[in-house]
Formats: sequence, structure tokens, C-alpha cells
Amino acid sequence: MNTPVRRIAIAVMAMIVLLLGNLTYVQVVKAGDYRNDPRNQRVLLAEYARKRGQISADGQVLARSVETDDRLRFQRQYPDGPAYASLTGYYSVLYSSSGIERAQDSVLNGSDDRLFGRRLSDLITGRDPSGGNVVLTIKPSVQQRAYEAMADKKFAGSVVALQPQTGEILAMVSTPSFDPNPLASHNTSTQQKAWTEYNEADPPVLTNRAISETYPPGSTFKLINAAAGLQNGFTPDSQLTAAPNITLTGTNTTLENFAGTACGTSSTASLREALARSCNTAFAEMAASVGEDALRKQAEAFGIGSSDVSVPMRVVPSSIGDIPDTAALQQSGIGQRDVRVTPMQNAMMVAAIANRGQLMAPHLVKEIQGPELDTIDTTSKDRLGQAVPAGVAATLTDLMIGSENRTQGGGKITGVQIASKTGTAEHGNDPKNTPPHAWYVAFAPAANPVVAVAVLVEDGGNRSLEATGGSVAAPIGRAVIAEALRAAQ
Amino acid sequence: MTVADHPKGLGVQTPDKPTAAPLPTGRGIELLLLAFAAVLVTGALALVEANQEQQITRSLLYLGAAYLALFTVGHLAVRRFAPYADPLILPSVALLNGLGLVMIHRLDLARADRATLLGAEAPTSLIVRQVAWTTIGIALFIGVLWLVRDHRTLARYTYTAGFVGLILLALPGLLPSSLSEVNGAKIWLRLGVLSIQPGEFAKILLIVFFAGFLVQKRDLFSTAGRRFLGMELPRARDLAPLLVAWGLSVGVLVLERDLGTSLLFFGIVLVLLYIATERVSWMLIGLSFFVGGGVIAYQLFNHVRVRVHIWLDPFSDFNGSGYQIGQALFGLGTGGVGGTGLGAGRPDLVPFAESDFMWSSLGEELGLIGLAAVLVVYLVLVTRGLRSALAVRDSFGKLLATGLSFAVALQIFVVIGGVTKLIPLTGLTLPFLSYGGSSLVANYALVALLLRISNAARAPLPRRPPQPQAPIAEANTELVQRP
Repeated sequence: MNTPVRRIAIAVMAMIVLLLGNLTYVQVVKAGDYRNDPRNQRVLLAEYARKRGQISADGQVLARSVETDDRLRFQRQYPDGPAYASLTGYYSVLYSSSGIERAQDSVLNGSDDRLFGRRLSDLITGRDPSGGNVVLTIKPSVQQRAYEAMADKKFAGSVVALQPQTGEILAMVSTPSFDPNPLASHNTSTQQKAWTEYNEADPPVLTNRAISETYPPGSTFKLINAAAGLQNGFTPDSQLTAAPNITLTGTNTTLENFAGTACGTSSTASLREALARSCNTAFAEMAASVGEDALRKQAEAFGIGSSDVSVPMRVVPSSIGDIPDTAALQQSGIGQRDVRVTPMQNAMMVAAIANRGQLMAPHLVKEIQGPELDTIDTTSKDRLGQAVPAGVAATLTDLMIGSENRTQGGGKITGVQIASKTGTAEHGNDPKNTPPHAWYVAFAPAANPVVAVAVLVEDGGNRSLEATGGSVAAPIGRAVIAEALRAAQ
Repeated sequence: MTVADHPKGLGVQTPDKPTAAPLPTGRGIELLLLAFAAVLVTGALALVEANQEQQITRSLLYLGAAYLALFTVGHLAVRRFAPYADPLILPSVALLNGLGLVMIHRLDLARADRATLLGAEAPTSLIVRQVAWTTIGIALFIGVLWLVRDHRTLARYTYTAGFVGLILLALPGLLPSSLSEVNGAKIWLRLGVLSIQPGEFAKILLIVFFAGFLVQKRDLFSTAGRRFLGMELPRARDLAPLLVAWGLSVGVLVLERDLGTSLLFFGIVLVLLYIATERVSWMLIGLSFFVGGGVIAYQLFNHVRVRVHIWLDPFSDFNGSGYQIGQALFGLGTGGVGGTGLGAGRPDLVPFAESDFMWSSLGEELGLIGLAAVLVVYLVLVTRGLRSALAVRDSFGKLLATGLSFAVALQIFVVIGGVTKLIPLTGLTLPFLSYGGSSLVANYALVALLLRISNAARAPLPRRPPQPQAPIAEANTELVQRP
């Protein structure tokens, strides 16, 4: 009788092997499919069962988690949603996340290595585990002021305010904005409705214009052109052409000054005069004179072309594009043709000039806190490099004061000297009949800067074809500066 | 540990050296392995507490103490009543039972958590009941070891066992649904507060019956009938017992809607017939009966059709009939190779996570690695039972030990295969792991019988008076090597 018993034993082993084989199929081969199946709520439930940390700035809560009585235990709330959506982003069951919610997810959900000791003590003391908090460098009053200035006039565009010496981002606005609360709803149809609405919105609301969109910088790029010139033999008093228009080298295309006017009254104009009046012909001449290499090198020194800037959201790289010939160089020198920058990049540029030529890494996260608001990690300032020598920065500041004093638009602050440059950038297939983008880049006080701003208003704002950087963007920039100066006191 | 490494022949102890020192009983090894199982189970419990409660609570102490006490008593009973029993069987059982308790406790915590969240009343704690059932199980285990001092005495009760087993098996099917139906399966006896599944006990009694019956009628079944394709077919009139077993299985399937018990019962009978007769033809005839019965059942009964459709594609009706198996597969997939860790997954999302779907609960939190380890523990349990079958000297013991061991093996195959979508899902529980009193208590009786048989196999032979030398004419020829 022993032979059949042995055969049965072999059969039993075959059964176990069969089970193991099938288990391997289920838990290894098909595991990914099962884990990520939308009907499998396990990953989601685990994520929402833990109290996510809050996002705050200067004591004001921008995003927090509150306990609910539904299937998902904690719901995300944004007390002042639209004004801060470009910072916080959203946190949604169906549509993943964006902004700080995404970039600082490991801290907020508590899985970050810096919170390890904390998790261990939760285990021993029996506290409910919860995520860490993120404190932003944002000044809520400045952010609020910038958002309102843009939203009240229904402008599409962006405002970025930086602390020049540290790179701290004081405000980062993108308008029109959206309310992240419906996306964080635990009700599927509420989420879907909001998502559809936001995606169909025109102008788009979900893109963060400050860091994810690039625009032609227009005349604001003349600062980089001037910086290159000042290091290649030019002085503020160097004479440049004052002609109302020139023909681009090797072409029949004419390039003219704003409104076709001459640059002052004489036949030549100094660099100082040319920047104050923002004369295109003069800067086209200077760009051709300093050459492509010097201009490109200077642009890179200010951070253009760098693809690894993150605040911690990634900033898309700015670029000056291809410059195949002198005509292209002349156009690029006034910030047209293929030159494209983000509002963040332009803010970095003026912040570097304000900071004696030193370019600081812009950042949003001031510190990481444990669940009990105890500081765990602080972001220290990071110097990216010397964009221009301190002397050149001082000269540029001087030139920018000249520009500010010639710039119209309201909102001038008595007793505070601003250094600025405006830009009115043509774009589109029919540039002369498309409302231009209006720029204003500035810092103040000129002698001892505490804030640097870049303002971009898309498509002429409320002035359509008549729009200029000075008339549309400058009042907003000055309002933001005024608020930043108040907050800094 | 394979059976094949066992020396050929009937007994482990060939009485070559009757004057040797007393044989090792293996009790020391058993104690050591039990302690090891206790350490593993305590570790698992601590992990569950840490992950679920975020702290170590006093329930760890109570459960640990109860567990230690139960298996200390079990071990002492084995020392007393079956000192030569196989030392690996009880520790395997202890480890499986302990893991089951930990998992049931873990699911208790999840249910309580959910009740608090919904503001509902805390649900009854299943762990307390399961510990009580384990106590009853160990008591029955000791009772069986104490009562059945020699497994061969069971052969005397062959027909009694068969009769009682038959009644227990058929009872739920014949009683009105109000007394026998829970969650769609008519396999229960509802006695007031207590519900038991008589089928679990019937399983053991029927194995006793078939082992005894086949030993008595062995010659009959071995009588050759016609030859067909090189196989000797049994005579048509000897097919009667097989037909009866087949009819019973179909009856269980139809009346009790219990695919699992039906499959289990028929499979055991087939294997016992094969071992008793050593004829493959019995297996083939039985399998063709089974396939025929399956096809007919599929055609006639809707509940069988539904089972098969769920098996083929559980996700086609995920929110309906495919929900259980779909959730189980999600759990297993989420666990992956390493598992989420004990207490860190969501096995409570699967309905019946602590009974029918215990395997997916374990798989989600222990991963493939943990499941493979548990399967190996089961394999050890079954192969040690089969090894006892090989070593024991009497035919009844061999049949009984094989039947009992194979019953465990087939049951885990049917349950695990069902939960992991290898075969259609059935309503059986995992021996020792799943929540459920009847299954646990019955399986303790089963293990007691296995230990009893292994004790007979490993115990030294009683001293016999020296045998007279065999006459030279009857002695075996010997091969003599030339120097």
C-alpha cells in the first residue's frame, strides 16, 4: 500500500506548487494591474486615513485637512482658495495633485525621511500619525494685494515678488485663478464638474503662468543687453543711434522705435537716454555690437536657459532661441524674435541686479515643521552665481531709476525711489494688430532694495492695442512694491 | 521534508538491534518548535498592535498568555498519551492557529475602528470566540488522545462512524432552511446561539468509515474485471460504493449548495479507493464521474453556473457577484511580494475576510513571501501525516492517516485555489487559520488521530519472544559476494 501513498504525497506537492505558481501570477505578474485598478481603493484609503499636514505662510493657513464622517477620513480645505491656488495647487482624489501639494507631498503625508524620528515616537506614544507642515516664504498681504490688483481688473497674467538678498518668494500670482476646494471634494461629481469647468476655462486657469509659461520679454530684455554692453566697452554715456527706425542688417525689414519716434532730439543718444526712453534702434545697434556670444553668455548668467530651477515646483526654462544672423541678433537684443522668459525668470533678473549682481535661488518653502509645529528643517538661501559684477549692477540700477522716472502709469510711491524697466512685447502671427503683453520689472528702494517684482499682463490687459508696460503693468507692480515695503517694516 | 527520503519498508524501526538505547521520543524537539511558534505568533501580534493601535495594548498580554497556556496543555497531553507521536505536527498546527488568531484580532480592530468612525456600536469581538473555540478544540484533541489509545479500535466502529457521518452530512440539506441556512449555504445546524457545521465532523467520521470498509473489502475491489487499454477495470457490481459516494456528493451540492464539501468528500473517497486497491483505473472512473456530475450540475443549477462565471471573469460583475473575489484579488495584488505588513493593509475591505477569505487577508499583509511560508507549514503538516501512513504497520492505519492528511491537503487546495481564482470559489474554510468553530474543533480531532497513528508508527515494538528460525526452504535467497 505504500506506493500509492507515495504517489499521493507527490500529488499533494504538485498541488502546492500549482497554488504557489498561481499566487506568483496574482501577486507578481498581475499585482500592478490589481494595485492600480480604479476600483481598488486601498492605496487611496491609506492616503486619506492619515492627517495631512498644513500649508501656511506667516501664520496664515493656506491649506489644511479636516476630519469628515465619510469613507475618506480627512478632507482638504483651502480657506482662501483662488488667491493662493498658484502656490498650494490642489489635492484631489480623481485628479491627483499640483503645486506645493504635489512638490512637498512626502512631507505633507508624513513619509519624508526628516519626519522619521517623529513617526517612531508616534508608534511608542500612541499618537495618531500625521504629516508634517510646510511653511511658505509668502507674505500673505503681498500675495493678496498682487492677486487683487490682477483679478479686480480681470487681467490674465502673473506677478512674482522676490526678496532680492535671499531669493524668498514673497508673492507668486497667476490669474485668472481657480478654487481648489471643489477638486478636493470627496464627492465625485463635484470634482468632475469643477475639473471640466477649469479645463474649458478661457483664458486657462490651471496653468501657473509664473513658472510654467514663457512670454517674449520685450524691452525688459534690454537690461540684459545693457548688462552685456556695459561689460563690453559701453558706458552709460556711450552714444548710440537715435534714428526712429533702422533696416535690419542683410534684410529689407525695418525695426522702429515705439510709436516711430526718434530717441531724443539729437542724432545720437546715450545709453542712459536710450534705456530711459527704451529705444529699440539703439539697443538693436548695441546687440549687434556686443555680438551673439556676449549676449547669450550674459543671459545665461541671469539664469536664462537653466532647466534645473525648482521652487520646489519646476520652473520651465527660459530661452533666447536661435540667433542665425545679425538681423536676428538685433531683434533678440530688444527681447523679441525667439526670446521667451517666465515671469519668475524676469523677477530673478531684477532681483540679481538689486542684490549687487548676485543671483539667488528663488524658493517658496521657508521651513518644514513637525505635526506639533516644531521646526524640523529650514531652507537656507542659495547663491546661484554672480550675474553681473557689483559695479555693473549699480550702473544698471542707475539706468533703471532713469527709466522709472520716465515711466507713466499711476501708483507712484512718494518718498520711495523705484528702479524699473517696462516692456511692451509684441507676439502672435500679426504682431501689429495683436494686443501686446505688458511687462514691468522693478525693485525698491533703489538704494537698499527689499523687494523685486516682475509683473506680466497678457494681451494688453484692459487697454488692448494701446497697452504699454507703463500704463498697464506698472501700476500693479508699484502697488505690490508698496505693500511689500509696508510688510517689511 | 519529503516522503521519498523514507527508507522503503513498513516501519521506521526495523528491529535489528533490540538492545539499543531507548528511542528518542521527539518531545524535546516538539517543545522547542512550539516555543518557536509562540515567538513568531507573539511577534506578529506585536506588529499588528503597533500598526493598528499605534501602541502596544494589554490585549497582547491576554492573548499571548491564553495561547501559551493552550499549547502547553496540548504538549503535556501529547507527552502523556502519545509520547512517540510525530514532533512536527503539533508545532505546525500551533503556528497556523496562532497566525489565524492574530489575523482575526487584527480584523476585529479594523471593524471596531470603522464602527467608531461611523458612530455605530462596537461589533462583537470575534477573537474572544475564536480563543474559546481553540480551547474547546484543544480539549477535544486531548479527549481523542485519551479515549483512542490505539487507532485500530476505531476499525471496530466502521459502520457506526459511517452511519453517524452520513446523518451529519445530510442533516443540513434535509432540515428546513431556517435551521440550516447561513449566507446562502445550507451547511449549518443552528442550535440557538450556537451554529455548527456538521459537515466538518462528518468528514472525519466518513474517512474512518471508508478506511475500515475498504480494509475489510479490499480483496473484493481488487478483483480484476475486464482489461481495457492496458488497465484492469473493476467489475461493474463493485462500482456500487463509488456510485454511492458520487450520489452523496451530488446530493450535498444540490441540497446544501456546498461545492467545497462535495468536492472534498468525493476526492477523499477516490484517493482512499486508489490506495486500498492500488489501481489507477479507480481514479480515472471516479474522475469521469466527477466531470460528468460537474457538467450536469452546471446545466441544471443556476448557483453552479454563477460560480463558474465569477471564476472565469470576476470583474465583469464587480459590484455584484464578483465583488468578493475581485476585492480578494485587489488585496493580494496590493500586498505583492512583500505585503503591506501586518496591520498596515486593508484586508477588511473583503467580505468574510476572517473566514472564507482569510487567505487573501494574509496575502495582503504578508505578501507572497508570507503565503509561501504558510503553505510550507501546511506542507509539513500533510507530509508528516503521510509519513506516518507509510510508517504505520496496519492497513487500516495507513488508509486512515492518508485519508486524514489528504483531507487537509485537498481542503487547502480547494480554498486557496478558490480565493486566488485558480478554481471556482467554494465555501470552505482554511484549516486552523480561518475563523469558525466547527472547522477548528473538527480539525483538532483530526490532528489528534494523526498523532495517535504516528505514535503507533514510531513507538518501539513490544518485546516478542524470539521467533523460531525459519525453515531453510522458506528463507529468502541471499546474494553472497565473493571475497
